[in-house]
Parts: sequence; structure tokens; C-alpha cells
Amino acid sequence: MSGLGTVPIWLSVVIAVFVVLGSTLTLIGAWGFLRLGSFYDRLHAPTLATSWGTGGIALASALLASWVQDRPILHELVVGFAVIATVPVTLMLLARASLHRDRMEKAAHLPPELLQASSDPEHTSQGAPSTSSE
Amino acid sequence: MSHTILLWSLTYAQLALALAACLAGIRILKGPRAQDRVLALDTLYIAVMLLFLVTGMRLGSIFLFEAAMVIAVLGFVASIALAKFLFRGEVIE
Repeated sequence: MSGLGTVPIWLSVVIAVFVVLGSTLTLIGAWGFLRLGSFYDRLHAPTLATSWGTGGIALASALLASWVQDRPILHELVVGFAVIATVPVTLMLLARASLHRDRMEKAAHLPPELLQASSDPEHTSQGAPSTSSE
Repeated sequence: MSHTILLWSLTYAQLALALAACLAGIRILKGPRAQDRVLALDTLYIAVMLLFLVTGMRLGSIFLFEAAMVIAVLGFVASIALAKFLFRGEVIE
């Protein structure tokens, strides 16, 4: 509990707004992730948590630490940047893996133009592991 | 006054993030396919990392921040490895 009382009111209001914004967006994202119907819909919900959810809480943490330690603290922004930069890669790879698995078993909920992997030059180079010699 | 504002907002944030982690955990148990579980694990990582950050703000401790950083990096590596496994059936080619 070091130094929470020394923060001026205007700064504590700013920090509280960022913290509440970030945690509320994370909660909404998780709730939507539980509630949405198909995997491709669900893929969009956690991005709330990884964009402004993480950004708001990292900003608030950086502001509070900078005031308490009386010098600019930027470590928290590294965490925020790491999450914001890496999560799109994860989601992209997961979406393509899911599409690949749905194509392999010819899922009924895929639109017919997505069933042929050959029309997409990116997928012919990476897909179809059953024919490759690994 | 500022102490009260910060304490209430941090308490709210801790409750909301814990609830978000629980929702992601429900999706891990429920998720019909493997990719749902991988995505739920990623969401769980993010929620717990934010919970560590908020708890670190509340306690004024630097160690929780380092734990949050490790969780962020390891969560990325784990999710990439699992997605790659779903894609190809193996991680290292």
C-alpha cells in the first residue's frame, strides 16, 4: 500500500478511468467469447481485451508507478506493446489452422467458395499436409 | 479521497478480471473443438496477466509486474505452438 494516498485527485481520476475502461473491456470480451456461436465469431471477442483492455491497464500502471517513484516508468508499456503486437499473429494463425481443419473434414458451415483451398495461392504453399513428405 | 477512488477502481478491476478469467475457463471446459480451447487459453493468459498488473498497482510491488511480463511472453509462445500444432500436426518441422 505504498503511496496510493499521495496521488493527487486529478491523476487518480485519470488512473481510475483507464483501469475501469481496461477491465470492463476485458470482461466484455470474455463474456462475448463465451456467448458467441461459431468459432469464427468467437475469434473477434478477445481482441477487446488485447487492444484497449491491455492498453488501458498498462497506461494506468505506468502513470501510477511514475507518480509514486517520481520518475518516468515505461516498463509497463513494454508489456502492452508485446501483447498488442503478438496477439494478432496468434489469432491469424489460429484462424488459418481452424479453416484448414474445417476444409480437411469439409465442414457444412463453411461457405462453398472457401472449401477449395486451391483458389488461394497462400494456402497451396502451406496447406495439405497429408500429401507432403514429412 | 484519491486513495478511495484508486482503491475502489482497483477492486472493481480485480473482480472484473477474475470474472473474465472464469468465463475463459468455462470456455476451456465447454469448447467444442480444439481451436476453441487454444483461444480460450490465450484469453485466460491475457486476463490473468492483467490481473497481475492490477494487483501489482494495488500492492505497489515490482515483482508482480515481472511475473506479468513473463506470462505475456510465455502465453504468446504457447499459443503459437498450439496453433502450429493444430495446423500441421507437429510443432517443429
